[in-house]
Amino acid sequence: MLHAVLPFVLCLVLFIIGLYAISVKKNLIKVIVGVIIIHNSVNLFLVLIGYRVPATGSAIAPIITPQMGRDAMDVRELLSHSVDPVPQALVLTSIVIGLAVVALMVVMALRLHQKYGTFDLTEISKLKG
Amino acid sequence: MKGMTLIVKTMTALLIGFILLFGAYVILTGHLSPGGGFAGGVICAAGLLLVVLAFGADIVRERMGHRMALLWETLGAIGFLAIAALGFITGTFFAHFVRHGAGFRLFTGGSILYSNLAIGLKVAAGLFGAFLMLAAFRETERTDRGEDGGD
Amino acid sequence: MSETLLILYGVICFMLVAALVAVETRDLLSSVLCLGAVGFGLAVVDLIVGAPDLALTQVVVEIFAVVLLIRTVVAREDTTREFIRDTPHVAAMGAMIMGILIGAYVCFQQLTPFGDPPMVMGASYMRAAEEAGATNLVTAVLLDFRAYDTLGEATVIFAAIMGCYALLRTRGRKEEHEGHDADS
Repeated sequence: MLHAVLPFVLCLVLFIIGLYAISVKKNLIKVIVGVIIIHNSVNLFLVLIGYRVPATGSAIAPIITPQMGRDAMDVRELLSHSVDPVPQALVLTSIVIGLAVVALMVVMALRLHQKYGTFDLTEISKLKG
Repeated sequence: MKGMTLIVKTMTALLIGFILLFGAYVILTGHLSPGGGFAGGVICAAGLLLVVLAFGADIVRERMGHRMALLWETLGAIGFLAIAALGFITGTFFAHFVRHGAGFRLFTGGSILYSNLAIGLKVAAGLFGAFLMLAAFRETERTDRGEDGGD
Repeated sequence: MSETLLILYGVICFMLVAALVAVETRDLLSSVLCLGAVGFGLAVVDLIVGAPDLALTQVVVEIFAVVLLIRTVVAREDTTREFIRDTPHVAAMGAMIMGILIGAYVCFQQLTPFGDPPMVMGASYMRAAEEAGATNLVTAVLLDFRAYDTLGEATVIFAAIMGCYALLRTRGRKEEHEGHDADS
């Protein structure tokens, strides 16, 4: 019972650390760090959801190799041993989107730094343009 | 920004070909082994990022400015859409417009190979262009403040 | 409890420690480097749970992100005083965390247990692998079975990169149309 949810609980802890950084820290870079930590925790959660402990043997990646069978596309071993490919496909695009969003956030932070001369959020909200 | 030391420049000149080759390999065999357009595109962009960091943004901008990168990214996006629209030849949007059959060879899997190429081009050019703009931004900021460049 | 699970827990705990250090350290450069440690830990987890595609992508993306962030924070000093502990703030934080914990408790009751996903769509995609023609099932899902999803994601990346270009224009509107006083 414990092992059924413990990895997901650890993901939740990682999520809360990121949320803490976003809501408490007053430095723009720390806020960006929090957003990236949350992004990583959600990706971790989705990957762990697709993991499978097969009845026999160990789990394999959802890739068909020529060693699996004599004919070209033998999927029997995949059906019995492979992990779920759908969350992996969703997370793959999510990672690259995360990179583009990080670039966007960094650019915004640099613009704010150029305008106000600081990364401090309280200072920025005090100055107001 | 003048770039880094001679050691870094020499090693970058030696390695960049292999990095881009690995990126192209990951893109091309995305339907057979781990990888694909997203992973390979980011690998290519990281290789170009190494060039920008080692040689300085000015030298890179002479060969390929951010407008050129924007053009390539747009070409990649339009190419992906065009591959999707070519599916109307045989059926619906995103249907395979070629039939290669299945197996473990390069030209299998219908239009997946070409979609991977388009996505890889788009991701690589987009991230590289954004980083090039960022490097140029840092330089103008430095000259505004009257500092000397050079990390 | 198998060895794989032990390694998995170890790597996740490493990620937790790295995340805590990244959030709490005063030095911005150390913070960014610890963030890179979190990402590389995620790549190792991907390898352990059988997702080599994700591990490959995650490593390269993490390098890219860390280089971007280091270029941002290098030669910049952290001067913030982040010790605001007035009562409403702490109360709001406590309420938020309590809400998340209660919601998480309800969710964990409903969640499928770890290591035993239903795999309804996954199994049917595997049976149809021959139709897609790709031996890598992740790519087959990405570019054949769920290609509309990929099109949407490509659009999001395009929009984010366009945002970068728009925010980073060095030559402003004022220079292009000399004489018209741009108010932005």
